[in-house]
Amino acid sequence: MIAAFVGVAFDGIAYGGLLFLISLGLSVTLGLMNFINLAHGTFAMMGGFLCVELIRRAGVPFLATLPLVFLVVGLAGVVLERLLYRRLYRRGHLDQVLFTIGLMLMAQAAAARIWGPSQQPVTLPPAFHHQISLLGVDVGVYRLFLIGCVAAVTTALGLLLGRTRFGTQLRAAVDHRQAAAGSGINVELLFSITFAVGSGLAGLGGALAIDVLGLDPTFGFKYLVYFLIVVGVGGVGSLRGPLLAALVLGMVDIGGKYYLPRAGSFAVYAAMVALLALFPAGLYGRRA
Amino acid sequence: MSSIKRRLSPLALAAVASLSALGSPAAAEDSIKVGVLVELSGPFAPFGRQITNGMKAYLAANGDHVAGKKLELVVRDTTGAAPDVARRLAQELVTRDKVQFLAGFGLTPNAMAVAPVATEAKVPMVIMNAASSVITTKSPYILRVSFTLPQVTAPIAEWAAKNNIKSVYTLVSDYGPGLDAEATFKKVFTAHGGQVVGSLRVPLKNPEFSPFIQRIKDAKPQAVFIFTPAGETAVAFMKAFSDRGLDKAGIKLIATGDITDDDVIDAMGDAALNVITTHHYSAAHRSAENDAFKKAYAQVAGAARPNFMAVGGWDGMQLIAEITRKLGGRIDADKAIAAGKGLTIRSPRGPITIDPTTRDVVQDVYVRKVQRIDGKNYNVEFDKFAQVKDPGKS
Repeated sequence: MIAAFVGVAFDGIAYGGLLFLISLGLSVTLGLMNFINLAHGTFAMMGGFLCVELIRRAGVPFLATLPLVFLVVGLAGVVLERLLYRRLYRRGHLDQVLFTIGLMLMAQAAAARIWGPSQQPVTLPPAFHHQISLLGVDVGVYRLFLIGCVAAVTTALGLLLGRTRFGTQLRAAVDHRQAAAGSGINVELLFSITFAVGSGLAGLGGALAIDVLGLDPTFGFKYLVYFLIVVGVGGVGSLRGPLLAALVLGMVDIGGKYYLPRAGSFAVYAAMVALLALFPAGLYGRRA
Repeated sequence: MSSIKRRLSPLALAAVASLSALGSPAAAEDSIKVGVLVELSGPFAPFGRQITNGMKAYLAANGDHVAGKKLELVVRDTTGAAPDVARRLAQELVTRDKVQFLAGFGLTPNAMAVAPVATEAKVPMVIMNAASSVITTKSPYILRVSFTLPQVTAPIAEWAAKNNIKSVYTLVSDYGPGLDAEATFKKVFTAHGGQVVGSLRVPLKNPEFSPFIQRIKDAKPQAVFIFTPAGETAVAFMKAFSDRGLDKAGIKLIATGDITDDDVIDAMGDAALNVITTHHYSAAHRSAENDAFKKAYAQVAGAARPNFMAVGGWDGMQLIAEITRKLGGRIDADKAIAAGKGLTIRSPRGPITIDPTTRDVVQDVYVRKVQRIDGKNYNVEFDKFAQVKDPGKS
């Protein structure tokens, strides 16, 4: 009984951590630039396909693809931000939504054209496919690795935001953009860098997600609702909010399927409605 | 409104008939058009590819001229489990392209949506894959050459009960065929003294199997019975099954052949070995008909292995050709169905017959075990249930 609960919580944390990695960039874009980037999941999809191609074509081992994916997708993020996104910052939310949905559909069609509509397999090191016994509970090695990755990334981001000059500037810009710009902070540059990191993290998340969530051209669309729930429930512009929201979401989803399989994924949406009713501005939201 | 329609329709029909007679008399007389509705994009795209390749292989191997007419395929993409799209495309095929047969149908929801179109337009409809039992009752113009879920599920339930499996947990995709499989398995397995200790239904699209599989593992049954549609869902299930260590926990896996379908079985690697399934076709089936089929299929599709859907396409085409021959090339829906009833076809899977009362397929169902032959996974047949009728309709 207890063991089953611990197992469910463990799977939920791994799943939630993954959602957190992918959604974080979305939260930052929304918080910093008030920009709704529905195409954010596309970066995760790019990361996934890049990882698959690196393994298949270049024979790069899975673990080595991860930093490469982070860098390349981050770079692609900057390029897209400079070329396309930048033009829409001052436009209304409807324009932004239409633009990014269009972008996502194009990416989806392009990916389907190149890789076909089916799921892409990924070759993980064989050790990842086992289960080990941890405190009497059988846990998957790969999920353990996922949790480790998320913990490491979150710690690094926490230090970056809390302990560096860059982090201080970023927090200032999120809190009050005009004042920050007025005091000499280059908000545009700041935003480009943040956008790159957010895209890179989404790409990393997409690569890590292949074995858990799968990878096909509709990836960005399929999980968009989950990313939006993480941002909506967690509140924008902070690290703790989305993290907490993602973990709750992951555990409710897995737990719902385990304990109430008849209800399917209903549990997630019920939890979202309840949380938003209780915390309209998100768990750690600062905007009214 | 309806009275106007009734008065108009003979007029409209006459107009259409005279138009088509004026338009291209040669084409109308020399060819028989088969409207093919299959899934060619989205996650179920392999279904459509297998079915159409099977049909094309038949035409390539046996010639496309029958009774002085040329059999012509008009292929349309339903894009997946999309009843509204399938229905609209069927209407277009009937009214605009003037097809004399409707064929294809990888998925039950699409076949169900098109059935009323076949009835209303009086067009014979050949089901080449979709496997809910109830489909053939939805229109008097439906013939099925593929299989039904109860037909391939009942044998595995009986086999399991007779081979010392006493407790089973079932897991099925939550749609027509899945519910058919669940109900049939429970009925037959308990009738033979077994006990179903739990049942799960998972979403048809993108299920995350791990929590469901963990639940089964904690319930410790002797075996799991699973049905999901063939293809990527099946692959995802197999991966989760072996990742969670159910095989190591001593839980056996039994299923219909959908899960170890020839198209994906090799991609499953070691995880699929020794899985026992019942189904009507395996690429490893030994017969002259199967060898000829595989050779013809390779010429159309290259190295890709044909699965039971390709056989459905091949046999459906064979049925259409046979009916056309019997009718001397003049297709009339009622006569076509009468000609199809009781027809026996030498299929790559063995002989099949269209049941004269239900218009559904009667065939041998094989018990198979996944084994490695020349480094590749195959379903190797080791037992069979002869000439099984669809138990869903008795």
